Amino acid sequence: MHEIGIASSILSCVEAEARRRPEVTICAVGVRIGELSAIDKDALAFAFEALTRDTPLEKVRIEIEWLPRRQKCLSCAEEFAVKDLDLNCTKCRDSRTTCIGGTELDIGYLEVEELCVKS
Amino acid sequence: MREIVEKKVLSENDRLTAVLRQRYRDENILCVNFISSPGSGKTALLEKTLASFSKDASVAVLTGDLQTDNDARRLARYGFPVRQIVTGGTCHLDARMVEKHLDEMGFRGPGLLLVENVGNLVCPSSYDLGETAKIVLLSVTEGEDKPLKYPGIFHRSSLMLLTKTDLLPHVDFDPTLAVQNARQIHPEIDYIAVSSRTGEGFVQWLNWLNALHQRVQQEAAASVA
Repeated sequence: MHEIGIASSILSCVEAEARRRPEVTICAVGVRIGELSAIDKDALAFAFEALTRDTPLEKVRIEIEWLPRRQKCLSCAEEFAVKDLDLNCTKCRDSRTTCIGGTELDIGYLEVEELCVKS
Repeated sequence: MREIVEKKVLSENDRLTAVLRQRYRDENILCVNFISSPGSGKTALLEKTLASFSKDASVAVLTGDLQTDNDARRLARYGFPVRQIVTGGTCHLDARMVEKHLDEMGFRGPGLLLVENVGNLVCPSSYDLGETAKIVLLSVTEGEDKPLKYPGIFHRSSLMLLTKTDLLPHVDFDPTLAVQNARQIHPEIDYIAVSSRTGEGFVQWLNWLNALHQRVQQEAAASVA
């Protein structure tokens, strides 16, 4: 639902970088989306493509890394990805675990190419 | 060639959120952000809550909707400053909207700022408003599995208010199951059942708000000391 807004924030970052460095071509932007971020991956990709279509940034791909919720056990310190909503420690089964990942909504990297400069 | 950026997608909102948070600290404002599906009873809860405050209490309300100022008109009857944020289609409030309307309203702390978000369980969960706590409402006319379907907001909320409990005799809603589902997503979430019609649960709800206020003030005092 708000993926257009999220896509537009990502695009602003790409645009700022493109303006700052006219000598490079940006080929892709890599984002990390956590399962608790309330973002639909496909809707985000669709929104990004729709916003860049027929613009100078049309060729920029969006590469989305989907991250599961992660918990850390307060008893044995095991860190694990949550499956089937089971927050109990996968190692010692203690129910006291705390959330350490899954809310990400980050831009991780840009894929850039240097343009050929005519001498 | 891959270049590492490491930036929050919503860094602009995060920047404004930090400004708001500082302002709340400086002015001793307790801000709570109410989030639910459309029609879960946010406005009714706020009406009943405002009615319980003494007339000289320092309280202000921001209420967000896609269209109309109906909610602001309902809430203004209680004598406290209220501003409607009409988002014009945007499905959530963001920090910029809150900052703008807070300035225009001229509300100064110390006091309580109640923010009624746009009715939506998805999008508001991504946008921090600098609030001390998010409160999620789930009405008994919805499904008990809402927390499992919309984990993001239940994960981020400090309190789940189960609303419209006066309707429980007429619906097949199992409150125990709803709480169990919410705690499967967020084991520490607080839970209070309320009815804005009968007033059931309002003593507990107002106590919860009061306890939050005191905790924030103690933390502020401790950080100064």
